[in-house]
Amino acid sequence: MKLTLKVWRQKNSKTPGEFKTYAADHVSPDMSFLEMLDVVNQDLIVKGDEPIAFDHDCREGICGMCSLMINGVAHGPKKAITTCQLHMRSFSDGDTITIEPWRAMPFPIMKDLVVDRSSFDRIIQAGGYISASTGSAPDGNAIPVAKQDADKAMDAAACIGCGACVAACPNGSAMLFTAAKVAHLGFLPQGQAERHQRVVNMVATQDAEGFGNCTNIGECSSVCPKEISLDTIARLNRDLVVAALKGVEANV
Amino acid sequence: MSDTTSETTTRTTTRTVEFVKGLESKAPGGPIEQRWDKHRFEMKLVNPANRRRYTVIVVGSGLAGGAAAATLGEQGYNVLCFCYQDSPRRAHSIAAQGGINAAKNYRNDGDSVFRLFYDTVKGGDFRARESNVYRLAQVSVNIIDQCVAQGVPFAREYGGYLDNRSFGGAQVSRTFYARGQTGQQLLLGAYQALERQIAAGSVKMFPRTEMLDLVLVDGRARGIITRDMVTGKVERHVADAVVLATGGYGNVFYLSTNAKGCNTTAIWRAHRRGAFFGNPCFTQIHPTCIPVTGDHQSKLTLMSESLRNDGRIWVPKKRGDTRDPRQIPESERDYYLEERYPSFGNLVPRDVASRNAKQVCDEGRGVGPGGLGVYLDFADSIKRLGKAKIVERYGNLFDMYAQITGENPYETPMRIYPAIHYTMGGLWVDYNLMSTIPGLFVAGEANFSDHGANRLGASALMQGLADGYFVLPYTIANFLAQIKPGNLDTGHVAFAEAEAEVAQRTQQLLQINGKRTVDSFHRELGKIIWDECGMARNEAGLRKALQRIPELREEFWQNVRVPGESGELNQELEKAGRVADFLELGELMCIDALTRTESCGGHFREESQTEDGEALRDDANFSFVSAWEYTGNLAKPELHKEPLAFEYVKPSQRSYK
Ligand SMILES: Cc1cc2nc3c(=O)[nH]c(=O)nc-3n(C[C@H](O)[C@H](O)[C@H](O)COP(=O)(O)OP(=O)(O)OC[C@H]3O[C@@H](n4cnc5c(N)ncnc54)[C@H](O)[C@@H]3O)c2cc1C
Ligand code: FES
Repeated sequence: MKLTLKVWRQKNSKTPGEFKTYAADHVSPDMSFLEMLDVVNQDLIVKGDEPIAFDHDCREGICGMCSLMINGVAHGPKKAITTCQLHMRSFSDGDTITIEPWRAMPFPIMKDLVVDRSSFDRIIQAGGYISASTGSAPDGNAIPVAKQDADKAMDAAACIGCGACVAACPNGSAMLFTAAKVAHLGFLPQGQAERHQRVVNMVATQDAEGFGNCTNIGECSSVCPKEISLDTIARLNRDLVVAALKGVEANV
Repeated sequence: MSDTTSETTTRTTTRTVEFVKGLESKAPGGPIEQRWDKHRFEMKLVNPANRRRYTVIVVGSGLAGGAAAATLGEQGYNVLCFCYQDSPRRAHSIAAQGGINAAKNYRNDGDSVFRLFYDTVKGGDFRARESNVYRLAQVSVNIIDQCVAQGVPFAREYGGYLDNRSFGGAQVSRTFYARGQTGQQLLLGAYQALERQIAAGSVKMFPRTEMLDLVLVDGRARGIITRDMVTGKVERHVADAVVLATGGYGNVFYLSTNAKGCNTTAIWRAHRRGAFFGNPCFTQIHPTCIPVTGDHQSKLTLMSESLRNDGRIWVPKKRGDTRDPRQIPESERDYYLEERYPSFGNLVPRDVASRNAKQVCDEGRGVGPGGLGVYLDFADSIKRLGKAKIVERYGNLFDMYAQITGENPYETPMRIYPAIHYTMGGLWVDYNLMSTIPGLFVAGEANFSDHGANRLGASALMQGLADGYFVLPYTIANFLAQIKPGNLDTGHVAFAEAEAEVAQRTQQLLQINGKRTVDSFHRELGKIIWDECGMARNEAGLRKALQRIPELREEFWQNVRVPGESGELNQELEKAGRVADFLELGELMCIDALTRTESCGGHFREESQTEDGEALRDDANFSFVSAWEYTGNLAKPELHKEPLAFEYVKPSQRSYK
């Protein structure tokens, strides 16, 4: 296959970026999208140009490191996968593909397609955990957890923290990310003690980091590679209401 | 291989291992079930009020490093934690699918600490230290409790209690799991505990920061040199103790199931500073990975071993048979595992399944592109159980396969081929997980570990968390209690020297401006190691590799092209540094494999096999851990041996016929 790539190039966070066009002439349908970029990069290096910087690590859809807006869609045209799991057979010979970084204020671009997602870590720091220091745990079977609850907790815990939800949201909201963690821990008996303080603190931090408000558009869930459900956001809102009734205030 | 060739890359010439007085495992004696308790009682403690004055560097935020950093932070030490990804949540532990073992015996099916210990020593083909393995089995039960308390959503039964499954041929159900994402969920548990400590100020996190050297002062590990992967800034960090939890080195093979960034740099730099390298040639090949499709291939994807429960493995009887597999009649198929191993059939252990696949492919009977693949066929199971049952059992794996290959495995047999998956070798450590450099601790896959010559499924997650949550917090305290905190800053000449070496090496990589890309060297190295030091090894092949690797390394330092500059985000520069280290490690692996003329576990020397082609151990001559010392000459490392004694599990020959 022969393709034309329009790729966002930006030297660093301080320099403005621009689109550059590259020909990808030796693309096999068996390549993954990132392998296609590898091949383009090898050619650029040999020609004496700077390769395109992009984040990746596991290349099997679980670490959450890869990103990319592909023709305007986070993680590309196929549902429920990450960019590293996308294969070139999803494209046709002669296609032009536009490749951009995640664009959101709290995710500043560092170089080319690489962005800074450390704001996600700070949201977790605000309360995305259960305070259980090593050594303090009772026997694993001391507290039974209903299978349905464990399964729902697992559904929410599947979030890989890639940031596609934020990139896809017209408001740049991180609500699906935050809600997934609130739901994961909130479904479990172990997560109850900190439940209301957690949600209040995580939402406050999300706002302080500059993420936009959630207006229930749902783009986030539709691009989510792990198909995290919008129900988690409804749950988060309920937890917030209860927290307000209880008079819980943010303390981060 | 001439000495001068090796010297070209010997940029750290100081030998700092004079303090080593023989290899003492420091494993306590006495009844095995009391050793760890007794040792814990005898170890020294640091008063809670004093802990803040001690700084511990933890390199790595995977299960081992994340758990250690969080726990040390909770206990009040001042912790600095490093990882190369943009967040500690992305360490490669995240990719583990299958599960984690623990001797809970919740199933009442005969499991016990002793049985898990026994299975691990035997599974490791009698090349692990009994005391360590016993401790691992003991603390396995605490790990599950800890993870449940943190909110790890393990699979549950309808009664609300924890579910278990049997994994990798174990005769008891002791594997705990969180759907197909056990590693992810365990890591997120450790990550969340770590983030809590970061918020509390006890841990300072350095993401996108790569360790490039270890700093020794007066023979002790006192700090590291790092490169900020965004700004390129080279920095010094000082501490009272250093932990390396940097994962495995499987990427020396280029194609592996590891993440692209997995590397040997941290442990290799420490090795060059005097830490002995244990059993470098012990690597594990996993039999069920998706085969390579072409030269563009950048990594290999693992398919769960559970597929072998219902899939039948075969190749055509005829060489070079390129017919559609569905057109090949039964009489022309060779179900070679069922044929050769009537009692275990398709469920033989990983190493046996892998070697047999290689053999039929070497005979020219492999299938798919390049003839590197065998069929894993579900047609009979679908006929017997119905498609719905197969969907229920393996639906997500079948989808993943279809996604990657574009083929429908319900219609046509899957193609699989072995791939490197885990490295049992790593830095040598004593019972306290301390390397031969005082103050340098090594945890998780990075150490030479408790798995001997072969790791059992679901035991790496267990070991990483055991090391991080339950072993290091005690043994590091014991070490710190015996030294004065602080009393050193990064102005010390040892820091300046190490930093200058790192800067010089970086400059050199950028200046070569040759013709070949970093990846092309990495691919070539990987192919050499895979061919000569992979599933089967022999003297001639290893000697050939020992000729080729130094030549390739020499060419690398003459002809690699690393574009860009050092003071910026430069992914090619990162890769170049890692490949330079793999080019050195690869040589040591081959030397180790050549020296160990027996077969054991994942190390199969063709010269040492039974009449029917199985691995033949040589306990009389090789019942030891190989611990290699860097001498300044890569071609001539010095071998130290830690003898292994088996008091509780009597060495026996494995048989799967
Ligand atoms: C696909 C796959 C499936 C697996 N499935 C299972 C399973 O089901 N059960 C099981 O028990 N085991 C499994 N394993 C093995 C197991 O996952 C690993 O052995 C284990 O998770 C390793 O943990 P670790 O903490 O030692 O290292 P890692 O999780 O690899 O962490 C390494 C850390 O070190 C950091 N690091 C590395 N180098 C540097 C450097 N130079 N500077 C700074 N930081 C650095 C990284 O950023 C990372 O944070 C699997 C492995 C793979 C690849
Ligand atoms: S690279 Fe890990 S999810 Fe894509």
